[in-house]
Amino acid sequence: MSNVFLILQANEDARPIVEAVMADNPHARVSESPAMVKIDAEGHLTVRRDSISERIGHAFDLQELHLNLISLSGHIDETDDEFTLSWNS
Amino acid sequence: MAVSAIKEYKGENKDRVENFHGAQLLYIGWEDHLMFCAPFAFPFPPQMRFGDVIEKVLPGTYGYHPDWARVDWSKVEWFKSGQPWTPNFNRSLAENGLGHKDVIRFRTPGLAGIGGSCS
Amino acid sequence: MDMKAAPKHKMGLKERYAAMTRGLDWETSYQPMDKVYPFDKYEGIVIHDWDKWQDPFRLTMDAYWKYQAEKERKLYAIIDAYAQNNGHLNVTDARYINTVKLFLQGVTPLEYMAHRGFAHVGRALRGPGPRIACQMQALDELRHAQTQVHAMSNYNRYYNGLHDWRHMYERVWYLSVPKSFFEDAVSAGPFEFLVAVGFSFEYVLTNLLFVPFVSGAAYNGDMNTMTFGFSAQSDEARHMTLGLECIKFLLEQDPANVPIVQRWLDKWCWRGVRLLSLVAMMMDYMLPKRVMSWKEAWEMYFEEAGGALFKDLARYGIREPKCMQQVRLEKDHLSHQVWTTFYNYGAAAAFHTWIPDADEMDWLSQKYPESFDKYYRPRMEYWREQAALGNRYYNKTLPMLCQTCQIPMLFTEPGDPTKICYRETSYLGDKFHFCSDHCKEIFEYEPEKYIQAWLPVHQIYQGNCFEPGTDPTAPGFDPLAAVLQHYHLNFGRDNLDFEGSEDQRNFAAWKGAVTRNQVG
Repeated sequence: MSNVFLILQANEDARPIVEAVMADNPHARVSESPAMVKIDAEGHLTVRRDSISERIGHAFDLQELHLNLISLSGHIDETDDEFTLSWNS
Repeated sequence: MAVSAIKEYKGENKDRVENFHGAQLLYIGWEDHLMFCAPFAFPFPPQMRFGDVIEKVLPGTYGYHPDWARVDWSKVEWFKSGQPWTPNFNRSLAENGLGHKDVIRFRTPGLAGIGGSCS
Repeated sequence: MDMKAAPKHKMGLKERYAAMTRGLDWETSYQPMDKVYPFDKYEGIVIHDWDKWQDPFRLTMDAYWKYQAEKERKLYAIIDAYAQNNGHLNVTDARYINTVKLFLQGVTPLEYMAHRGFAHVGRALRGPGPRIACQMQALDELRHAQTQVHAMSNYNRYYNGLHDWRHMYERVWYLSVPKSFFEDAVSAGPFEFLVAVGFSFEYVLTNLLFVPFVSGAAYNGDMNTMTFGFSAQSDEARHMTLGLECIKFLLEQDPANVPIVQRWLDKWCWRGVRLLSLVAMMMDYMLPKRVMSWKEAWEMYFEEAGGALFKDLARYGIREPKCMQQVRLEKDHLSHQVWTTFYNYGAAAAFHTWIPDADEMDWLSQKYPESFDKYYRPRMEYWREQAALGNRYYNKTLPMLCQTCQIPMLFTEPGDPTKICYRETSYLGDKFHFCSDHCKEIFEYEPEKYIQAWLPVHQIYQGNCFEPGTDPTAPGFDPLAAVLQHYHLNFGRDNLDFEGSEDQRNFAAWKGAVTRNQVG
């Protein structure tokens, strides 16, 4: 199975998002580069709204991801609660 | 293939020989000397003597290279469109069969650039 | 009238997307739909159901404005802070600023062209889903052009070469490469444009510019480029998703679309690869502090990410682009061949060039163990020795160009870095030359298009690149000087080696002034 990735800016907004993603996706790997954080995961990666809300202490709209998103790969399935990247092969 | 288009599509060739004010283009490359990053393009009149290109023009182009002064022109191998070819230095470009946008290359046996690196 | 509101039902994301992107248009009755939308059939693409187009982000116009406004506020706060704090003096080295010049000259105008392209394509497609996606993307691209100009104008106050980028884009030899790339795309049909720019360029290739290069900008202290770069790339992430969606949509609509799309993928991945050779040299040679080599970035974002993508698309009968084999062979050589070309023509470029210092050469040897010491170090060391003797090399003879990509014929045979790759064909009695089999094949498929190429070298020889009133027959006429005047390139300030440049002197003096108080 190929890897999907999600890259976010390395800033205070993204820090709890990265923490939430890593807690929810134990198979994912984080690598840091100047000003950015790349998360690679085999097959699929899910961002959960509740996990982020818990960490930041208030409601989070998954579309706020756009503000600190740099890049991604894979097919996207987005609902109000979850944002998933995946490859079919 | 024709260009897919909603009506008949004709392009204008921007580089017809008539656009060069009596000159035609000749491209020249020196094999194994990639310090010169790419072959060169020259506009020459077709009546120009081939030897004049080598003797009067190319020194300004290639003279910076330490190999240039060591070229033995009697041993040089020539190629036109990649095929072996023999120019006559005393005849014109046209008489040598060189037309608009022809590409010629020369190889200088024994000279392979800075430290033999093809630079 | 009873004004009491109906009980509120909060729509979910999918429902909201459907409500805001569907049922917004109508079937025309006074005029046939084919006359209202004359461009969306002639390329041979068959669409049975436009409603099958889905934006996976399900972004609607109201949410779009909200998030874009937020991004803009962050961006301008950083740009202002950077300017107020004399941020330009915090970059690693004034050599770095040459990447900014090349960005402004060669990339920013493409953002504007992408805006025009998507605005046009949005009008051309009869399905409202893709029309809305194109509308947002057209606005994004315009935003990128504007924010880049704003961000980089700060550098124009202090450094040379940034003063007339728009004028240069239309004329300067190396800028014909990005210019002709985009003109090829916008003059194609709407579906080819979407595959070219929305998919091949955005999905497969822009990561290489906007992710590792922009991270490199941050690493070199350029908060300005970091912020506009990542802000743009957050839009690109959306564009990439739409590009992938567009491909899936075309492939699922009709099997007849598959071979057409495959040919576009082959063509545009290659066109994009050639265009990105500029980024290769920016990463390996122009960033004083390096994050990763071009080759490493290429492996991560093209081979790995692109490989996953094409493996996924195999279920539609799509194979990886034909150029994959050749680009694998070129990655050890590309940045070196392109940088040495700009070093050759350093008198005719509106940015500075230089020979890497000893440490940088060692870094290159380490990153390119198969190629750097064997092929490229010898020519660079020779040039360095000569420059030290006051004999810096400036190539003053114009190069032969590829008819398709318009890049000087600097690329070597796949598998033999000692031989220039020459390819040629004839069309209607004239010869045409190419850097590669792929550029030749693109020409041969649509020769009527590519015979129109405005090749800078040939245009100079035709006398079309001098200012009005110039007399090339006047005694002592200097054609190179006349061409540079036409480019609005200030000789001795914008061009030549970094060593000895005004930028170098000013940066050193201003850095000195930062840590000392002036007396008197």
